[in-house]
This record gives sequence, structure tokens and C-alpha cells, in this order.
Amino acid sequence: MWLLKEKIKEMSGCGIAGIINVKGELIPGDLIIKSICCQYERGNGLGAGFAAYGIYPEHKDYYALHVMAQDKSALEKVEEILAHKTFVNYKEPIPTKKVKTIKNAPLFKRYFVKPKFDEEYQMVCGEDEEDNYIVSLVMDINEKVEGAYVISSGKNMGVFKGVGFPDEIAEFFRIDEYKAFIWTAHNRFPTNTPGWWGGAHPFTILDWSIVHNGEISSYGTNKRYLELFGYKCTLLTDTEVVAYLLDLLIRRHGLPLQLACKALAPPFWMEIDEMEEEERDLYTAIRVVYGSAVLNGPFAILFAYNGGLVGLNDRVKLRPLVCAKKGDFYYMASEEAAIRSICPDPEKVWAPKAGEPVIVELEKGVIPNQRSYLEGRPKEVEEDALRIKCQYIPLQSS
Amino acid sequence: MASPQFSSFYPDFLVQRIWERCIKCKRCVKECSYGVHVWDEKKKTLLADDSKCVGCHRCEAMCPTKALVIRRHPSDFREHALWTPWHIKNIYKQADQGGVLLTSTGCAQPYKNYFDHLVLDACQVTNPPIDPLREPMELRTFIGPKPESLEIEKVNGKFRLKKRLPPLIQLEVPIMFAAMSYGAISLHVHQGLARAARDLGTLYNTGEGGLHASLYEYGSNTIVQCASGRFGLHVDYLNAGVAIEIKIGQGAKPGIGGHLPGEKVTEEISKTRMIPVGSDAISPAPHHDIYSIEDLRGLIFALKEATEYKKLVFVKIAAVHNVAAIASGIVRAGADAVVIDGLRGGTGAAPTMFRDYIGIPIELAISAVDKRLREEGIRHRASIIASGGIRNSADVVKAIALGADAVYIGTAALIAVGCTMCQRCYTGKCPWGIATNNPELIKRLPPDVAYEKIYNLVKGWALEIKEMLGAMGINSIESLKGNRDKLRAVGLTEKEMEILEVKHAGE
Ligand code: SF4
Ligand code: SF4
Repeated sequence: MWLLKEKIKEMSGCGIAGIINVKGELIPGDLIIKSICCQYERGNGLGAGFAAYGIYPEHKDYYALHVMAQDKSALEKVEEILAHKTFVNYKEPIPTKKVKTIKNAPLFKRYFVKPKFDEEYQMVCGEDEEDNYIVSLVMDINEKVEGAYVISSGKNMGVFKGVGFPDEIAEFFRIDEYKAFIWTAHNRFPTNTPGWWGGAHPFTILDWSIVHNGEISSYGTNKRYLELFGYKCTLLTDTEVVAYLLDLLIRRHGLPLQLACKALAPPFWMEIDEMEEEERDLYTAIRVVYGSAVLNGPFAILFAYNGGLVGLNDRVKLRPLVCAKKGDFYYMASEEAAIRSICPDPEKVWAPKAGEPVIVELEKGVIPNQRSYLEGRPKEVEEDALRIKCQYIPLQSS
Repeated sequence: MASPQFSSFYPDFLVQRIWERCIKCKRCVKECSYGVHVWDEKKKTLLADDSKCVGCHRCEAMCPTKALVIRRHPSDFREHALWTPWHIKNIYKQADQGGVLLTSTGCAQPYKNYFDHLVLDACQVTNPPIDPLREPMELRTFIGPKPESLEIEKVNGKFRLKKRLPPLIQLEVPIMFAAMSYGAISLHVHQGLARAARDLGTLYNTGEGGLHASLYEYGSNTIVQCASGRFGLHVDYLNAGVAIEIKIGQGAKPGIGGHLPGEKVTEEISKTRMIPVGSDAISPAPHHDIYSIEDLRGLIFALKEATEYKKLVFVKIAAVHNVAAIASGIVRAGADAVVIDGLRGGTGAAPTMFRDYIGIPIELAISAVDKRLREEGIRHRASIIASGGIRNSADVVKAIALGADAVYIGTAALIAVGCTMCQRCYTGKCPWGIATNNPELIKRLPPDVAYEKIYNLVKGWALEIKEMLGAMGINSIESLKGNRDKLRAVGLTEKEMEILEVKHAGE
């Protein structure tokens, strides 16, 4: 049976892989499939998934909502909300293929939407308001619609995931038919819970997608911190927390990417105490203000957005992560073999240090709606305005 | 005919002398400040008046031949579940003398202790525990208001803060020493606390009795207190520490002010407190300039003005029924930290009825306050400091997992310097030289000994906290804050778990 809601927080070990082409050239899905399947032993058939950027150029200005539903009625409820709350430009079932080993798969459908604001509001509303609107919409659907989840919600990107080995999930979603300038993939090894489709990686919010190997021991603290800002952790996995933290720190608080990574995996006090005054003040402030955002525990994560791919390890490097570069391509994976399986002769291979992010952004202006977070962004207006106003979208159905 | 004193008929303790061991050195006579042991010159023997014994065990500990045993008095009343000896004897005392029953330390009633119904987590397989002997393990904690987010600018290719943080207090361990006034405890204990605080990288609190001249040098590890009596309060005092604590109430006696019996007001105390020798120092129940929340705001900012906004202002309250709403008001009034003192918080002197029956347990209060401040979006504006009944490092860990930023310990620090919990501090005769100002008695506890014991205790706790964090797979204390995942309840009701926001063990 497909388990929709797990009551227990999952724990898992895993394999991860990612590829980016900095010129925005499209990479066929075969490559990422090969790289993740090379790390077969890191999973146990209870979850796998892919995130692909640049796959919907024809709908590039619309938020692509990938919806997973356990039955028709759940899907209908979602559609009702979407009809009410968004302009749906286009919708279609996500193409899938029958795979013998995959049973009881949920329904998958994608919707290309824009927010529907009050009329006066529509006029003044920019990209940030639209993004926040979509965040609250996704939170609300995931929390309130029984049996349905929005599994990805960015523009020109999408997530495909489920219960199975990576090759099976790839076949099921016909991953080889897509081309993307950034790919990430995940092979899951949950230990304490039966796999469920919603629990597979990548996790997303807007165009942030995360694949994660590890367990976050600070989950309880992070979750409570995120709740302060209106994020609801409904999927009960560590990784969801990472996605929301990135969204909060980078997109909403406007921290430069490098510093946001340092907030998640901060330097030790003994290192900070050794720094020059200005830097010491900065890092002290990061730890003081973002103490509850620290991801404590073993992890290696890859996260991507419409414009870049980042690899990050925990502050003592308790999980593996290897990077490589060749030409315009950068590769990241749990194991070097996974990289060499698709790029046998990289120019450079390295293992990033604990807590040191590896940030690869696309060159400027090579893709539509490109985002860059290297420099940080102006912070959203006032302190209290930082909170997502969830009352924008009161939902009837529950 | 003089009326009989019923309360003297049934002593609490029995002083038992093992005559084969006793060498009649008369040490016990010297040690007992309550005059229990007497030397009978005529008969050349030692006598003991059990009815005066408070059970402090001083004579027993000091007897060179271990000839003394202090036991609960074996004389029994007939069993009665309701009318236990404690109630019967209290009634005798009041019938004999009228007046209010007095006592010391914290609540002695066996209410449910929630700390004892919470167990901690540890890593197994899926997640490696971290070994604090080999990896850094961080306890550094910052007290004070924090912005909700940072503003960063780039100058010469380097990121830096656009606006510096407001003043914060840095603690190297999240354990501070609770307010115990000079007067209630001896100067030596104060000196020990101050030095230990400095060497541990934490703070001690002067209590409401002012600050002895010898302690000004420990300023950067000092919290000065401003209580309703305003004893010893002047601008140098306010500027002496790093924080000023406005004491609204304390867990041992919510709703009433402090009380230092005249017996304890010696020459030195009178100077520091700025009151006459031998006079009772009774703080009023309310601050007479605080009759509502906006007045509190007035006082907070008056203190900040007086100290040029360089000091943090804490507000301490007893945990009472509406503690969450009150704490929220305090934070909105501008406090930089709220101190919540639970039902079990200790004291040098309190009416027994107050100590034992007023206030709520600290565990529930922490959770409720943390939750309320979060709901209102003001949690970052102030730290939560919890106190009242913290007995060991696991209690500290649990308090932080329930949402506190740091804790205060009082009774634990006194036990570390030899207190045996006889609960008679209010008499001013503490035979261990702790809760007294008698010049002879205080010699029994020199400042160096006090320092060493207190320092050792907190150092030990800090090590244990590091071990527990490592076992949970986290290497800094901020990842424990409010982390309910690390707690499970054993034997609590649904309602209790809802308030504490914890799951039951096995879930
Ligand atoms: S009061 Fe203390 S010192 Fe005196 S007899 Fe009792 S135990 Fe001994
Ligand atoms: S401080 Fe002294 S008087 Fe007070 S309880 Fe401890 S031993 Fe007894």
C-alpha cells in the first residue's frame, strides 16, 4: 500500500549526485541516471528521485506545480483550490511508464500557474510577493489536503520521485526523455520506516531542490524555528527543513549564498575567536542570529535553484561528498566512482572540506528567469513583514 | 501556670552519641550553633537537647571520633494519611506562638517533578554520536535581544555587517548563579560565586542586598539586582555589572517581597544595604513604582537611561498561573531577558505556605512561555532564563530542550559548598557558615573553598552536558534549544505532554 503520511520522522542513509553546465547547455537525462545508478548500494529500493532545471521552456514564466495524489478525489480538491487561487495556464498528467516492480503508484499531474491576487494587490505585486504566495499555497495544500502533495513548485523545473530503485523511478517517469542544465538525483536508504512516495528526495520549495544524505539531529530546533516564519514541516523529513531554511535565509532574509551556507554549517567558536575583528563580528552575528538554523548532525547535501548548484557538508564532515570539474561541467556525488562513470577524465577532482560550500552558478544571462544569490539580496521590508501571511489563502477544503 | 509548649515535646531529630567512641573533646559543643550540645561541668559529661536540633549534621561531620549520629526521631505518632507529623507539628508551633510558619530553601512537597518524567535521546547507527574528547563541543550562549535577521554589505569584495549587533552577554556555559543576597548568604560565598563565575565564563547575581566593596572587580561577571526594597541601590551599583535584574518575584514566595531577619543584619551588611544594624530588611510585596506593565516599562527604561544603554535589563518573575501572558508583557515592555523562577526555587526565608503551595513547576512554565513568545513572534527579542529546582546537568539539558536559553542555579551551588538542606537558613545560624553573617560561623567556609567547590560543580556539569550533546549527535548547544525531538515523556498524561510539547516514550 502506498503510505501517505508517516507519523515518525524518517532516518536514512543515501547516495546523491548532481551535474551542472555553467553555459546553460542542456544535459540529457541518461547521464544523471547512470551516475546515481552507479551508487546502487547506497539505497535499498525505498526511494529515489530526480530534479531537473530547464525542462519547461515553453512555460518558463509559470510556476510548474507537480502534484502527487493518492486518488482522483484528492486531485480534484487540489484542482479546486488551484482554480480558486491561481490562473492555470496549462495542465497535464505527468507522463509515466508502467514498471513491473512499481506497484500502487500515486497519480501525478502538473499545472503551470500564476498567483491570483486581489485586484488592487495585483498591480503592486512583484516577484517576491508572487513567490511568497506560492510558498503559502504549497504549504496550505500540503497541510490541508488529505492524500495530495505538491512535490515541486518552481519555474521551468520539476521533481520526479517515488518508491523504488533509481533505475525504476527513472523508467517510471521517463527521465531519459528530459534535458536539463542542472540535474540532481537521490538514492534512498531509509532505516526505520517503510518508504513512501512523499518521503523520497528531492525536496523542494519554489525552485529550491534538495537531495540529502544524512540525518539532522537538530531537526526539532530547526522545525520550531521555521514555524516562526510560517513554514510548516508536513513531510516529516529532515530534508524538508533544509529546503525551507534555504528559502528563508537566502530568498527572504537576503543572505549571500556563501554566508547562508555558513549559517547552516557554521565555523566553530575557536575558529571564530581567531578571526580578524570585522570577520569575527560577522560570524558571531551569524551564529547568534541563526543559531536555530544550524543543521547539526551528519549530512552531505546538494541543492539547486534556477541558476546554480551547491554542495555542502556538515561542520565535521560526517558524510561523503566529492566534486569534479571538466570544461563547463561540474559534478558532485557521494562517491567519486559515480562521477567517473559519466566523466572518466575530469580536470579536477576534490573532496570539499567540512562546512565549506561548493557553489557553482551559471554564467550570467544564459537562461530565462535566472537567479543568482552570490551577492545576497535586499532583505524583505520590515521585520514583521518577514512572516508569510498565511491568511492570504483561507482554504475551504481540509 | 505557664502554658505547655507542645512543639518542644516532639523533636524532629535524635542526637545519638556512641559513648564508646566519645572522647569528650567538646567539639560538638563548639560546632553546634543551636546550642544542642552542652557540657555538664558537674557530672563531667555531655548532654544534648534534641528539641533544638535542626538536623544540619555539622556536629556529626566534625566529630573527630565519629561518635555522633543524627537521625530522624524514631518516636512515632499513630499513622494517619492526612494528619502526618508535619501537619501536626506545624499546628503545635502555631498554637504555641501564633504567627506565620517560616522556612527556607525551595518547595518540599512531593509534586510531580516533570524533569524526572522526561528522558533524553542518543544516537545509534543511523547517526553517529560525537565524541567530545575528540571533537569540539560548544556551550557558548548569548543572552539578550537578537535581531530576527542580519543585514550584510559588501565592502572591498568582503562581506561584513551593515549594522552591529546590540550588546549581548556571552556565557561559556549556560549555567548562571541565581540571586542570593549578601546578607542571606555570607560574604565568603559571594566571593566564591563571583570568582567561579569569572573562571567559568558565566555570571553570578548579587541578589537584592547590594554589592560588597570587595566584589566590584568581578563586574563583567555580575548581574546586579534591583528588588522592591531597593537596598544598596545607587548608580555605581547599577553600573557595576553587565546586567540589571528587576526582581518582581521569586519562586519560593511569589507575591511577597524578600525578608532578611534582623539577626542577620550585621555592621557590614548594614553598610552594603544602607540600613541600620539589627533591623529587619523587609522588601515590599510590589515595587511601589510598578503597579502595572507600563510602569515596568518605565523602570526598565529608567535603568537603561541611568546606565546609558550599556547594560542588559532582566526581569525576574515567579512562575505563576498566567506566566506565559506575563512573560510576553515583560518582553514587550522592553526586557532583554525574562527570568522565570519555578515552584521549587529556593530562598533564605519564606513563609512555609508560600514556599510549598504557590506557583507552578518550572518545566511547564518554560514550555508555556517559549511557546507564547514564539506565537507572538517576539521570542528573539529576549532570552529565557529558567530557575527553580535544577539539580543536575540533565535537568539543565531538559530545561534548554524545553526552550530556555540558560538556567540559574542557587540551591545546587550552596549544596556544593556544604549545605545539608536543613532548611533553617532564616535563623542566621547556619552551622556550615553559608547562610549566616556571624563572624565566627563564616570562618567555617573560607572564600577559596567556596570558589573551588562551586567551580568544580559547574565544570563537572559542563562536561556532562557536552557528553549528552555528543550522544545526541549535536556539537553545539544552540541545536538543543527548544529541540523537543530529544525529549520523550515517561508516565505523563496527554495534557501534560501537550503543554510540554513532547511525545511519549515509544512514540
Ligand atoms: S543542629 Fe546541627 S550541629 Fe546541632 S546537634 Fe543538630 S545536627 Fe548537630
Ligand atoms: S544553607 Fe545552612 S542553614 Fe541553609 S539549609 Fe543549608 S545548611 Fe541549612
